[in-house]
Amino acid sequence: MPVEIYLNVAASGLLTGLVYGLMALGLSVIFGVVRVVNFAHGEMMTLAMYLTLLLFSALKLDPLVLLVPIAAVLFVFGYLLQAGLINPFINRPEHSQFMLLVAIGLILVNAQLIAFGPDAQGIRTAYSFDSYQLGPLIVDASKVYAAGAALVVAAALFAFFRFTLRGKSIRACADNYQGALVVGLNVKHLYALTFGIGAACVGAAGAMLMAVTDVTPTIGPSYTLLAFVIVITGGLGSMGGALLGGLLIGLTEALGGVLFTPSAKSMFAFGLLVLVLLFRPQGILGRKTA
Amino acid sequence: MSFDRRKFNQALAAAGVLSAVSPFASVRAQTKALKVGLLLPRSGIQAGIGQDCYRVVEITNPLLRELGLPALEIMSGDTESNVDVARSRAERLIGEGAQLLVGAFDSGQTTAIAQVAEQRGIPLVINIAAAPPITEQGYKFVFRNFPTAPMILGDAFANQLEVFAATGVSPKTAVFMHVNDTFGVAMQRGFTGVMKKFPAIPYKVVETIAYDPAARDLSVEVAKAKATGAEALILVSRLNDAILLTRELVKQRWTPKAVLSMGPGWYEDQYLKTLGKLADGPISFVPWYDPNKKLAQRLLAAQHKAYPDISLNTNHVYTFEALLVAADAFKRAGSAEPKALADAIRTTDIKNNVSPGPGILFNAKGQNDKLKDSAIQNRGGKLVTVAPKDAANAKPELPMKPYQQR
Repeated sequence: MPVEIYLNVAASGLLTGLVYGLMALGLSVIFGVVRVVNFAHGEMMTLAMYLTLLLFSALKLDPLVLLVPIAAVLFVFGYLLQAGLINPFINRPEHSQFMLLVAIGLILVNAQLIAFGPDAQGIRTAYSFDSYQLGPLIVDASKVYAAGAALVVAAALFAFFRFTLRGKSIRACADNYQGALVVGLNVKHLYALTFGIGAACVGAAGAMLMAVTDVTPTIGPSYTLLAFVIVITGGLGSMGGALLGGLLIGLTEALGGVLFTPSAKSMFAFGLLVLVLLFRPQGILGRKTA
Repeated sequence: MSFDRRKFNQALAAAGVLSAVSPFASVRAQTKALKVGLLLPRSGIQAGIGQDCYRVVEITNPLLRELGLPALEIMSGDTESNVDVARSRAERLIGEGAQLLVGAFDSGQTTAIAQVAEQRGIPLVINIAAAPPITEQGYKFVFRNFPTAPMILGDAFANQLEVFAATGVSPKTAVFMHVNDTFGVAMQRGFTGVMKKFPAIPYKVVETIAYDPAARDLSVEVAKAKATGAEALILVSRLNDAILLTRELVKQRWTPKAVLSMGPGWYEDQYLKTLGKLADGPISFVPWYDPNKKLAQRLLAAQHKAYPDISLNTNHVYTFEALLVAADAFKRAGSAEPKALADAIRTTDIKNNVSPGPGILFNAKGQNDKLKDSAIQNRGGKLVTVAPKDAANAKPELPMKPYQQR
């Protein structure tokens, strides 16, 4: 098989992996601070994808423009979810949190089924069928834009946590819950803010994914699983790890598909996960917990 | 309110009239319309297809009346895309008075319904289900006016040869891509077996690529197919993946000489609507209708009037024909008695029908083995039938126009 095929497939896998990485970043941020595993993560992303579909149909705005209002809507949704529903479960056993979030996921899937039906729906932008040719390399234009936007959003998020007072407060909550309470931080508000930020990441990723793929209500759980694979590979709670995990999973699936059989490409992603769990259980960039 | 003797007498008289008339009315209703239990997956994973099949019900009775056939009383049963539910719904419909069953799109659900129909001695006319064993069980009450999977594949190869001869384009190599589910794998196995019976097929399959039915991205699959340099792409897919595959063909700048589909997806309304001019070119080999037959034209007109945005398709045609078989048998039997109905169906000989082939008639196993499939091509956002020649309304066009020049 010609070498350019591997290059093309690898480029496509890396670009898709960046968008997946942004989606997983939301999951990682939420877990890193609130210590709640969001089992409705993929379902929240399909919600963002349907919002993109609706706004695109109504306003004919590009998904890359729509990602800002969609991220804002998902931020509010995430904030209210944490403040109203999840906060009372913070000190309850993990299985209660698990059941709560699975229930939220199921409600979202069924509400979307009622509202939008079971068929796949997509949008067609001006560049939907465009590709760039660089020598032997043919790169999907939609994936280039989506990956670029993912990088910008991720960079903004890193900057927020590193340089803003609110970001530092959130990190303080993640590092030392008791300490944060002692210095007078409003931890419940910061938790809700964090969940909102994680949901906003998912919202942005969902808007960008609509430029690349179609949406059906039932794909949510598969995205939840994918986000888990990515964050566990990269390191649960590590923002850089989520992006790295996304890139690695995207690349592994793409090359596994072309080297072996495409129908088994997910198998290679899970194979990588098993290897990471065996040899570096905390994930590639994760920190060992005491 | 007072109830005097006069009112009592009036009420008694009214009750007498009602009781005298009711049995008569009941008998008259029984002989007036045949009660048909129509079993379809109208919810669950196959809901879209079940709803699509059901659309034809609205236009069937007026057409039957035009043909001088009795109208049918449709009793709807939702199988919920589930084999067990299909069985229990069939039982329930029979319990509620259904005198004949029609259904049920899916082979698994139809198999379950066929068992119930045979046990209860109620005729079942299958609208759509391709698994061969259904009519290989020696059932006396089960009839199928739909091709079996080997018939579909055999006709696909025969029609391909006709298309290649008509266009002068004979691809030498092909990639076979199929969805990796029960249907896709069964078709892949059948494809390999049936192809051997057609030594004149010009192409050699250089690569077989199975892909996940829930795939979000098919770029790897298309890249792998493109790398073979094959001249034709043969597909067994469904709607969503057909759209994904076409997008990737365009983005990866690969237009094979021929895109040949042996399953759904590539000719469906949503495919044509979503992809616009990029949808043009693929040829699908499917159970279809003969556009030259008079009844097909009438059905087409009635369908267009009732649903202007939905094209007549396999689901409508074969559900309509199953109801046509029921009405025709009821008229000839002159009774709704199940055995008389089954005997009448067995001797069906409808020449004025919709599907390609000599008409509707059943062999000793209850299978219409004279049915023919068609090759249909997407052209200008519409579908034209390009083979077999006697059931065609256009000539095939190959090679496909490159996607980048549209």
